[in-house]
Amino acid sequence: MSLSSRITGFVRDMIAVGAAVCMMSGFTASTAAAAGGEPIHIDRQSWSFAGVRGKFDNDQLQRGFQVYQEVCAACHGLKRVYFRNLAERTGPGFNEEAVKALAASWPNQIFDGPNEEGSIATRKGAIIKRPARLSDPILGPYDNDNQARAAQNGALPPDLSIITKARGVEYHGGVIGHIGYMMRDIVNGYQEGGADYLYALLTGYTSPPADFKLSEGMAYNKAFPGHQIAMAEPMTDGRVKYQNESVPRTVAQYSKDVTAFLAWAADPRLEERKSMGWIVMLYLLVTCVLLYAAKRRLWSKVH
Amino acid sequence: MAQHEDTYKPGSRLEQWLDERLPLARMMHGQFVDFPTPRNLNYLWTFGGILTFCLVIQIVTGIVLAMHYVPSDKLAFDSIEHIRRDVNYGWLIRSVHAVGASMFFVAVYVHMARGLYYGSYKAPREVLWILGVIIYLLMMATGFLGYTLPWGQMSFWGVTVITNLFSSLDSIIPGLGTKIVTWLWGGYSVSGVTLNRFFSLHYLLPFVIVGVVALHIWALHVVGQNNPTGIEIKTKSDSVPMAPYAVMKDMFALFAFMLVFGWFVFYAPDYLGHADNYIEANPLVTPPHIVPEWYYLPFYAILRAVPSKLGGVALMFGSILILLFLPWLDTSRVRSARYRPIFKWLLFLFFFSFLALGYLGSKPAEGVYVMWAQIFTTYYFLFFLVLMPIVGVLETPSPMPRSITESVLGEKSAGSAAVAKH
Amino acid sequence: MASEAENPNRRDFLTVAATSWAAVGAAATLWPLVQQMNPDASTQALASVEVDLAPVKEGQAITVMWRGKPIFIRNRTKAEIEAALKTPVGELKDGKARNSNLPETAAATDQNRVKKDHANWLVLVGICTHLGCIPKGQALADAKGDYGGWFCPCHGSHYDTSGRIRKGPAPENFPVPPFQFVTDSKIKIG
Repeated sequence: MSLSSRITGFVRDMIAVGAAVCMMSGFTASTAAAAGGEPIHIDRQSWSFAGVRGKFDNDQLQRGFQVYQEVCAACHGLKRVYFRNLAERTGPGFNEEAVKALAASWPNQIFDGPNEEGSIATRKGAIIKRPARLSDPILGPYDNDNQARAAQNGALPPDLSIITKARGVEYHGGVIGHIGYMMRDIVNGYQEGGADYLYALLTGYTSPPADFKLSEGMAYNKAFPGHQIAMAEPMTDGRVKYQNESVPRTVAQYSKDVTAFLAWAADPRLEERKSMGWIVMLYLLVTCVLLYAAKRRLWSKVH
Repeated sequence: MAQHEDTYKPGSRLEQWLDERLPLARMMHGQFVDFPTPRNLNYLWTFGGILTFCLVIQIVTGIVLAMHYVPSDKLAFDSIEHIRRDVNYGWLIRSVHAVGASMFFVAVYVHMARGLYYGSYKAPREVLWILGVIIYLLMMATGFLGYTLPWGQMSFWGVTVITNLFSSLDSIIPGLGTKIVTWLWGGYSVSGVTLNRFFSLHYLLPFVIVGVVALHIWALHVVGQNNPTGIEIKTKSDSVPMAPYAVMKDMFALFAFMLVFGWFVFYAPDYLGHADNYIEANPLVTPPHIVPEWYYLPFYAILRAVPSKLGGVALMFGSILILLFLPWLDTSRVRSARYRPIFKWLLFLFFFSFLALGYLGSKPAEGVYVMWAQIFTTYYFLFFLVLMPIVGVLETPSPMPRSITESVLGEKSAGSAAVAKH
Repeated sequence: MASEAENPNRRDFLTVAATSWAAVGAAATLWPLVQQMNPDASTQALASVEVDLAPVKEGQAITVMWRGKPIFIRNRTKAEIEAALKTPVGELKDGKARNSNLPETAAATDQNRVKKDHANWLVLVGICTHLGCIPKGQALADAKGDYGGWFCPCHGSHYDTSGRIRKGPAPENFPVPPFQFVTDSKIKIG
């Protein structure tokens, strides 16, 4: 190859590289600027169940259930969680007898029609229902969505069974930061964005800024997209009387506890998953090392 | 089949009896034990085996999930929650299947990028490459159908948006697109009827993929594997028998891949999905942002980069179908980009464009995002339709080794190997 | 036997005829398999619905389901009607009325989007003509877009108070479904 063709080759290379670098840097810079908008920042909390060694704190789950029962259950159901789950090995560690009693006294009973006469309503016109058993779901106060909307001024209180999975936190920032953010979460096994959002929502009630136009019947919330939420501030300090008096009776603590409980409700197999993971990963790692050694030895004859 | 010595010796009398009637063991021995594998393959060549593994995993977990899943608009979402919560190890099997779909696509993208870089689509491997593109299309269809099944908000709206793409045909023949969409849906909107047929097809397609994979492997074994130099096997010293050499290497790579796979299954099973799919499908509420699964994002960005509906659809399908013509668009005599100083950089820029389109596909189609999507879409087509044919003719390839052996052991030993042959 | 050898044309004809006849059968067998995918009898049975408009006050809107599609019914205010009337057809992205009750060539004037003497009632298939999302704008608190009608959150299409596409990727106006006034305050869609 002659010197001149080498030089022209080099120049052509550099043009290609230059074009590539310009395009890439222009792209990353301009998208970083574009990612503005009106992002709502959601703080991360330290959850006991986050990360690769995450475990639920049963005391916290029990407190969280108390908050759900005394506050949230007035409007929200938990239909994918069954009373039996509360007493199961993977649950918050309630005593089975206590859960049986809880189920029997749960105000939102189970539809039990039609009766022997084929009627689905009692003589007085109420729908026939029976007390819940261990095998029944934890229902909210409304029989259906229309009833809920009618009672709640048109807004539908969502079922909370998988709410921490059904919400997430969007990343606001440029491309490069996004890649780092993703890698960090994957390596740490962090997928608690939904819990972070829920906590931010529950503690996000403030008075609206002066120039904010709040519609009638709506509340202002820092974390809610659009800042107008139909749910009025649900909790105040001291509202739930925890049995353990050393735990602060504050909105922040209630929010944290009930979020942890709902995270369990959404993913009751979390602990099982994470602990089995270590065994599987260890097995795979050992197999990898063995195979790599065997491969090296085998191929040493060839190279 | 590629030429090599048949060393199969039936061991027992039973094997001999069978060999005279159906020489299956002889074929397997010839194709998967003795088969000559280029000795210089790098780890990018292990993804074929990894993909086969992914396919098997998806089929096995899928069959098991179908034992618990209910394909009905009323019960589908509940049955997935039932699998996650109550079925023994249901959470694990479902995680493996959901994460497995993503891993399948990770592997297929690496596999395809390797083919592009080392020119594995060039003669005589055109049919092998085309079969691969068909497998990729089938995978996309299967993945799309499968994502419908959980019947969450993203499932429902994803199907609505994608099936509605066909309605763009209305601008060619009025009414035709609408007729096709109604026919696909089995109604006047996406409904339980649609879900039911998608489930049936989602169960069917993987077995079609198995069939095309068999052809893909057959074609591979007729022409032999490409390798990083892009030079064909010439002498015996250029290759090693598949077993145990390539098999052992594939096994190691497979377990390394499973480490990543396992990490997602156990520590980030929902990371690759979308939170909205944990909300049951509701035909009356549109999610603020409809995004497909990550592996479709580059094509979604191309779709939205075009202001015209039909144009966007045409470009999106065109971006995949163009791959079928690669063997004829690339005019270079040299296979491997390793020895193509200009093409190499253009290809890296193409890979970057593809990733950038993926990023843009996840963003709302507004302002600067649309502009960049248009730039990268332009480059996508420019690369295949203009740069590839032109550069192939103009470029001066850098010096190449004379054989695979020379590339591995250096000039001297290659010389001696060549001498030994004479 | 000899006659067969003497008459090869006849055998050719028979082969062609038999093969074609078999092909007809194969095509006929395919027909039910293709047709079963189309909307079934139970789906088609839900072809029409009646809607009582009396409870919908001026400025309000309701959504009813018709053939699995949401139908937007808006009782427009005077200001909304005026805004729609003032827009020249030449300024519109889609110049066709898209009204199933009128010929296909009708222009997209506001008069052609509603029923005569019932100009306040706007009845539309509430599906974005871009990729089939449900636009916002039915509830009072919803974002109604730059033209006071509807706004599609999927890809940002804006519709005006006559349901016509004004901005964004959607190619067409909201279609007006086939409907008629049964009484002054009741319509039948379909």
